Amino acid sequence: MTDPILSVSDLRVTFAINQGKKWPWSPANALHAVNGVGFDLHRGKTLGIVGESGCGKSTLIRAIAGLVTPSGGTVQLDGRTMDYSRRADMQELRRRMQMIFQDPIASLNPRMTIRDIVAEPLTYFRPDMSGAERKRATREMLDRVGIPERNFNRFPHEFSGGQCQRIGIARALVSTPQVLLCDEPVSALDVSIQAQVINLLKELQDEMGLTLVFVAHDLGVVRHISDDVLVMYMGGVMERAPAGAVVDTPRHPYSQALLSAVPVPDPRVKTTPQVLNGDLPSPLNLPQGCLFQSRCPKRIDACRSIRPELKGPENAKVACLLEET
Amino acid sequence: MSTAKKQMNAPAYAEAAAEEMITSRSFWADARQRFLKNRMAVVSVLMLVLLVLFAIFGHSLAQWSYEEIDWNVLGKVKTEGGPTLANGHYFGVDELGRDLYARVVQGSQTSLLVGFLAGTASVILGSVLGATAGYFGGRTDQIIMGAYTIWLSIPYIIFFVVWQAFFGRSLTQMILVIILVNWTAGLLIVRGQVMMLKNREFVDAARMLGMSDFAIIFKHLMPNILWVIVIYTSIVIPEVIMMESLVSFLGVGIQEPNTSWGALISEGARTMTFGTLWQLAFPAAFFVIAQVSLYYIGDGLRDALDPKDR
Amino acid sequence: MSLLSVNNLNIRFRTGDGYVHAVNDVSFDIAKGQKLAVVGESGSGKSQIAMSIMGLLANNAEAEGEVLYEGQNLLTLPSAKLNRIRAKDIGIIFQDPMSSLNPYMRIERQLGEVVEQHEGLSRSDARKRVLEVMEAVQIPDAKNRLTAYPHEFSGGMRQRIVIAMALICKPKLILADEPTTALDVTVQAQIMSLLDEIQRELGTAVMLITHDLGVVAGFCEDTLVLYGGRVMEAAPTLDLFDAPGHPYTRGLLRAVPNISDASASLAAIPGSPPNQTRAPVACPFAPRCVDAIPGCHQTLPELTGDRQQRACIRPVEELT
Repeated sequence: MTDPILSVSDLRVTFAINQGKKWPWSPANALHAVNGVGFDLHRGKTLGIVGESGCGKSTLIRAIAGLVTPSGGTVQLDGRTMDYSRRADMQELRRRMQMIFQDPIASLNPRMTIRDIVAEPLTYFRPDMSGAERKRATREMLDRVGIPERNFNRFPHEFSGGQCQRIGIARALVSTPQVLLCDEPVSALDVSIQAQVINLLKELQDEMGLTLVFVAHDLGVVRHISDDVLVMYMGGVMERAPAGAVVDTPRHPYSQALLSAVPVPDPRVKTTPQVLNGDLPSPLNLPQGCLFQSRCPKRIDACRSIRPELKGPENAKVACLLEET
Repeated sequence: MSTAKKQMNAPAYAEAAAEEMITSRSFWADARQRFLKNRMAVVSVLMLVLLVLFAIFGHSLAQWSYEEIDWNVLGKVKTEGGPTLANGHYFGVDELGRDLYARVVQGSQTSLLVGFLAGTASVILGSVLGATAGYFGGRTDQIIMGAYTIWLSIPYIIFFVVWQAFFGRSLTQMILVIILVNWTAGLLIVRGQVMMLKNREFVDAARMLGMSDFAIIFKHLMPNILWVIVIYTSIVIPEVIMMESLVSFLGVGIQEPNTSWGALISEGARTMTFGTLWQLAFPAAFFVIAQVSLYYIGDGLRDALDPKDR
Repeated sequence: MSLLSVNNLNIRFRTGDGYVHAVNDVSFDIAKGQKLAVVGESGSGKSQIAMSIMGLLANNAEAEGEVLYEGQNLLTLPSAKLNRIRAKDIGIIFQDPMSSLNPYMRIERQLGEVVEQHEGLSRSDARKRVLEVMEAVQIPDAKNRLTAYPHEFSGGMRQRIVIAMALICKPKLILADEPTTALDVTVQAQIMSLLDEIQRELGTAVMLITHDLGVVAGFCEDTLVLYGGRVMEAAPTLDLFDAPGHPYTRGLLRAVPNISDASASLAAIPGSPPNQTRAPVACPFAPRCVDAIPGCHQTLPELTGDRQQRACIRPVEELT
């Protein structure tokens, strides 16, 4: 097997929070957003990341992209460890890795025409190209995502959400990156448009040999686009398995609860959502043991003291003490 | 059915036609159109243009210079110093027998120059500081906001008096001191806008291109807050003219024989009770016209640029 | 007699660029105790229908037609009477719980005020009633949390409080406008089963406005599908999911990524949402419809049928 294109290990992100400080000079509190996440991702594959709001999934890919500074761990891109404080490394990283965002309209500068928006990455990543070449590359990319040329001089607010997301995809891919990070790209779109965008992403992935990291809270979408799925809770990975396996036979108690709650668009199927009681732990003060212990229906005493590691065969890993025994 | 008609019914055609309906206009083109629809604002712009032309070319019509004393009327200003075409004193003469018309032209120059230069410069200064504070946050923000708070607690008249005691009372000094006093103009509003915009995802997208913070602020954020700055400038300019007039009125303004609207009004007000009403009326009229025009222009800009009404 | 009857409702908005036709000729009935889902994508006019029922349309809106609540037209009712119906008979649950709650008011006052005003209860009776509904919506430790402020609750708990507020006057109709869209799936499941339970106990009619077909399938017995401000299909939920009769409904059902089956690529509906700056003269879905024939671009299809009503000029058998 070839080496992974993207390899993340023990990534941590903490934010300094000034709220609740007694004095201006007392030390800031640390909010633990991502707590030791690791995964390998092979070329041309898609990794889905699911979890509820506040589980750190967006922070995780923003940290990989360098938009927030990781406080620990390493990210290897094509076998090279990236140093997030080095400008040259960051340029290299962004040449190979681009991102699309959740709010399609807010992710485009309202004062720029879409031609300028899509052409902008080329001025940074392809200084070797001539003006005419850039123009042609821009036109081809916009054409590929289905924006007709007569609209190139328009402004983002003149497009619908679905079209804006297509423009965002064109901007991310015009500089031909290898990895595309997707931060909930379809959650703001209507169902019929959402399917268009997902299909477009899949087609482009095949054409360009892209590797995708796809963050979403909709399990149906993630199941559809991903090869593997990472289930996150409170900034930690609970389970990593092929998409089909996570949906059909979830092994972690949290994955099970999450799956049972997904509504099925079929009135004949009666779902029985598993109710999670208990409070979420505070990200300012994480529990010593398992992150999920406060709400876990299958909790045992050991869960309070031991933080389980992600264990198991490659691509079917679970972080649960019950699985270890 | 004819082919033409069939074509007209094709879904692709309908869609294309619908898209053509929405004509593409940039934000600024849109705003210009809205501004031009506002009659008061357009009239005000005309008035202001006339005032500026008056200030620039007014001297060529004057028969007297602004510092020359007409000995013929001195001593009988009340009876013979009134506005008349006969001796070339269109606006009459002031208490010292100087031609008021020439003095109003000179005063307009000073006031408008101070207003536009100092007003624009202080908003630019404030905006840059506000954008810096808002974008970087943290310690930078704390320092700038701390300085802002301290500044607010210093009465600016004291500043004028002290400054002029050290550096004199020239026009340049006047403009400089007004910029310094007004450095907080636009700071808060730009800071707020930047804080709001920097969380929009297009800023993240720009950072994904490896753009520097400086490039992001000027290339991506500034075009989006320019409308706020434009509106704010249109408010600050009349405020600055007012401030200049006020300090001149209080006697710490521009040095004689140079003058300004405020200084002229001050002199006129002093001699009002002697029956030389024109000495107050002419400068006051110019001042009021300028202020009213500027306020209406500001109002028009606000209507044209503020996206809330869209 | 039906509880709520909407007849030929048209809503348009005056804007700088002319009118936007948000709702066009929509009619439907809700019987006592019925659960009706109104399904549509953004711009389908689903929320505007709810707003018109509540008399909360924006100032630049013009509404025509009838919204009959127990025979009274809510569109023309004087505001004093409308307020009474709004407070007592119709409960509303919005998408964002924080926007329906006053952040500076304790929960007890927030909920109690309504019953004091409209049912003339004393303060202590009102408190008892508040406690009852708080327990009905399963807020743990309700007694001690009466004096809490809204921000002290989690998102799911806040939505429960909003539901409690909607229920406190024992309304005959609950309007739920995307009640779970802002919530996580696990919380959504809890809220929906709570609504279901309460509905069954009290026999309240529910109009559920949503874009999520999964939520509809689990909750409502009848479904109304909107597109471009017009009714595309109205049918019992089971029939609608078993044999969708309108090309739009079919497209919508195929476009939902199904969690239990990821085999094929998603069947997207091509094209973009309709331009609503002109009143529709033909089927609004025709430009995106795979089954459209030339006639679809010329005539405005009527809603026809008995049990399963559909607005399409092509017979069901001919659809792909």
